[in-house]
Amino acid sequence: MIPGPFSYHRPATVADAVKLLSNLGDEARPLAGGHSLVPMMKLRLATPEHLVDLHGIAGLKGIRRDGNTIVIGAMATQHELLASDEIGRSLPILDETALLIADPQVRYRGTIGGNLANGDPGNDMPALMMTLGASYRLEGTSGAREVAASEFYQGAYFTALEPGELLTSVAIPVPAAGHGYAYEKLKRKVGDYATAAAAVVLTMAGGKVATCKIGLTNLSETPLLAEDAAKAVIGTSLDPATLKKAAAAAEAIMSPAADARGPVEYRKHVGGIMVMRALQRAAGRAS
Amino acid sequence: MAKTHITMKVNGAEVEGLAEPRTLLVHFIRENLQMTGTHIGCETTHCGACTVDIDGMSVKSCTMFAVQAQGSDITTIEGMANADGSLSALQEGFRMMHGLQCGFCTPGMIMRAHRLLKENPSPTETEIRMGISGNICRCTGYQNIVKAIQYAAAKINGVEFREAAE
Repeated sequence: MIPGPFSYHRPATVADAVKLLSNLGDEARPLAGGHSLVPMMKLRLATPEHLVDLHGIAGLKGIRRDGNTIVIGAMATQHELLASDEIGRSLPILDETALLIADPQVRYRGTIGGNLANGDPGNDMPALMMTLGASYRLEGTSGAREVAASEFYQGAYFTALEPGELLTSVAIPVPAAGHGYAYEKLKRKVGDYATAAAAVVLTMAGGKVATCKIGLTNLSETPLLAEDAAKAVIGTSLDPATLKKAAAAAEAIMSPAADARGPVEYRKHVGGIMVMRALQRAAGRAS
Repeated sequence: MAKTHITMKVNGAEVEGLAEPRTLLVHFIRENLQMTGTHIGCETTHCGACTVDIDGMSVKSCTMFAVQAQGSDITTIEGMANADGSLSALQEGFRMMHGLQCGFCTPGMIMRAHRLLKENPSPTETEIRMGISGNICRCTGYQNIVKAIQYAAAKINGVEFREAAE
């Protein structure tokens, strides 16, 4: 399978990239890791006339700590996240999640920016970013703006990105010391998108949940924050009745598609189970 | 579409060719460079048969454009034998442990295992299985592939290979 013809551009700066994307209009697509876009091009489900390859832009690489915030360049790969000591120390839930994305070869190429900006409901990082309260830096020809992850996703493949804008980095507040975390993902096989997945970040005090955020992957057209489910566990010791209540509250906001991963009822059911497992595992890690 | 002049290093030799932007790296390697050891399997980034080593990364060469490999340093299965032509530890492991039957997946398996052992010279069985989880074999059931990689790791580390009891 060979993609349709296109012109290849490799800008060296973000300014040049957004100028190209803006001038070339709808027929241009940014190319990050390419592991969503290139297969789509081979199937001719995507036929861009221009590809703007972001690999030549040094400013989009790198992982750094800025006070209590971790800033990750859009072109940082999943492999680089896994190799980063800073991520391992401050945001171990990113490692846990990255390891569940695709396979080793794909993780050498796949980028966090592509995972976040594509708007694919099956991507794992978006719900995690909502759970962590992250924000995205979007840059266009008229300047830069910050958009909260929770405000970014509007529908399947439909995001707050305006034509010509690029997601250039993500800023993640470092969770409290001693926080518990877990990303539970049910998938049919290595490399698959989630049948259902849940991210939990919480803190415990005196054996009870003090703060909690829950995110859901591939259980709606967009990633979801399960706010009622999170509220239901605050002040509890995550007893079985509370876990069931949280799962039910999470299931109430799920609207998964029926597809090869299962019918709607099944996906909601296992979605609830992912929430319960993630809550328990996160609590076990909190100190 | 105009062709681009591409230069890269493959198995230690500087090579060049002309390719359209849409030419996939695996096609460039197989057709322009006439090195057909790298296989095309699923063409959809699942099977790993086209895996090559690029600048220290295992990459599925069906999911990257040749023009993106401009200036890269690539190793393919043709570059895996020792300088004197003898089999490398991984190749020998696949031979000794019967790590292949039809052999279609083998170039990709060996290239992936090559990078895995560079990053983790003494992997556990689980680490090997996760390490090759992007490569599909339809013959062996993976048992002997895992053994082949364990054999190579032992040989590289200069220790005796002991097959685990089944």
